[in-house]
Amino acid sequence: MIKLEKVSKVYPDGTEAVKEVSFEVEKGELCVLLGPSGCGKTTTMKMINRLIPITSGKIYLDGTDVTQVDENKLRRNIGYAIQDIGLFPHMTVGQNIETVPVLKGWPKAERKERAKALLELVRLDPGEFTRKYPSELSGGQRQRVGLARALAADPPTLLMDEPFGAIDPITRIDLQNEFLKIQQEIRKTIVFVTHDIYEAIKMGDKIALMKDGRLVQYGKPADLVYRPKDRFVEDFIGADRALKGLQLIRVKDVMDASPPMVKADEKVMAARERMMTQEVDWLGVVDDNGKFLGWVSRADLESGEMVRDIMVSSSIVATVNMVLNEALSLMLSSALNSLAVVDKDNRLEGVLTFDDIRRGLSEASQGEPE
Amino acid sequence: MVEAWEFVVQHPDKLAEWTLSHLWLVFVAGGIALVLGVSLGLYISGKGRERIAETVLYFAEIAMTIPSLALFGLLMILLAAMGLKAIGFLPAVIALIVYGQLPIVRNTYIAIRQVEPAMIEVGKGMGMSERQILFKVTLPLALPIIMAGVRNALVLLTGIATIAAFIGAEGLGMPIFRGIQNNRMDLIIVGGVTVSILALLVDGLMALLERRVTPKGVKKR
Repeated sequence: MIKLEKVSKVYPDGTEAVKEVSFEVEKGELCVLLGPSGCGKTTTMKMINRLIPITSGKIYLDGTDVTQVDENKLRRNIGYAIQDIGLFPHMTVGQNIETVPVLKGWPKAERKERAKALLELVRLDPGEFTRKYPSELSGGQRQRVGLARALAADPPTLLMDEPFGAIDPITRIDLQNEFLKIQQEIRKTIVFVTHDIYEAIKMGDKIALMKDGRLVQYGKPADLVYRPKDRFVEDFIGADRALKGLQLIRVKDVMDASPPMVKADEKVMAARERMMTQEVDWLGVVDDNGKFLGWVSRADLESGEMVRDIMVSSSIVATVNMVLNEALSLMLSSALNSLAVVDKDNRLEGVLTFDDIRRGLSEASQGEPE
Repeated sequence: MVEAWEFVVQHPDKLAEWTLSHLWLVFVAGGIALVLGVSLGLYISGKGRERIAETVLYFAEIAMTIPSLALFGLLMILLAAMGLKAIGFLPAVIALIVYGQLPIVRNTYIAIRQVEPAMIEVGKGMGMSERQILFKVTLPLALPIIMAGVRNALVLLTGIATIAAFIGAEGLGMPIFRGIQNNRMDLIIVGGVTVSILALLVDGLMALLERRVTPKGVKKR
């Protein structure tokens, strides 16, 4: 748990970078510090691990005043990830990840083991990447390593300063989704700085919106989108509130979770029967392990013997943890009215239609999206 | 030329002796210059020491412009006044240390300054102490440029050490000095050519070392 009590930062020249900011981040929660550049969000974050000294106020980490702890010890127990410039260029990926474990004096074997596990967690092959240097990696791969390094000593708390800032939009979306998936497993208490409103709504359990060093509104993303406190919040969220609302909802929350399906190795006859009984015009086709292969529609049923022969293969899929505007964008760009929704092993979990999206959105804007 | 070669063949021991004492002089002076120069460079590259840095670099540059003979002469007077040995090895070493300072201090300063502040902040953010940041982050990243300065200094010292013969320090300056006094062309050539070869060797060796210490991840191409 992180607690800020009337925290201020005044520089010797009189500049007030942060003014009496108070908020609390619950254990296992991701709190986004959001705001235009110069609003004090990064300063606020850096005061938590004391990279910037606090002028007045208190910051507690799991109940302990951070100024009462040795600063190096404090920092070794707080994961720290910044934009991709953060990797040490003279160290290999493995050495980078082992930085904090080395500082903490872990035995070598344990360090190596941990680095390997972390690379697997961020989906990089340890055999291939451990000995590579940051300059040999792509932007997205560097971000993954940066995340692995921040997690190396398994700190309960993470500070992340625009960790997905310096990469292309498509890779960024992938990384955000993967990170959310990882966060569901590891449940760290995270303070995450960004100026990207979409990223904030998507990633945050809570958002702290700042302006000119002050905390303007603190709450759930839905609160900011649907219940802005003042004009500034409203303007910052922007006019396209409905579109931002799409960021609040995940595919798994609105999809049809029991889609009609048929196995590729079944007879066409079986598919026809299923369409009749379930009153649908199409079926999702899966293999024996439930992995999604493609579609078969009523019109395809005229010929062939096995479903495999007549199905239309498709690799365009949404994943369960995608937010709705990603799914919508996928629909629009692929000109599909419905998307297959798969889990991380590509197993068919549901189907998402345009109507599902519309329904989800109208529910969210009226009720409390809990 | 022929006489010079004959001299080499007839007195290989002499040539070896000069070469070795020459190298020893460069080695001792270079070693001390390295420790001193890098320390000084590290010190002046610290935060808030920009003014000191300017002053130090200014004096180092001035020191470079003092003719070596004049500096040797000055040192002789100084050392004599202090009651120390005024000719031979000691003043030579001191003079060479002074000459070695500029390239080493300047390169160390530049090398440390070019390390990205973000790198240092990340080190700090992960809980490294000042010392750990210096040895794990700053120095490895600065090492290639520092080494380039050391290489520069050593080649320079190899040349200047020749003049140390004028104040009685042993080395390859001796045959040249004697050659000039006795009109012995062969001695001048032997000394001159050997010093040149030595300088090239030192340069090549240091280039190799420079490549070795460059961290793999930051090598250009």
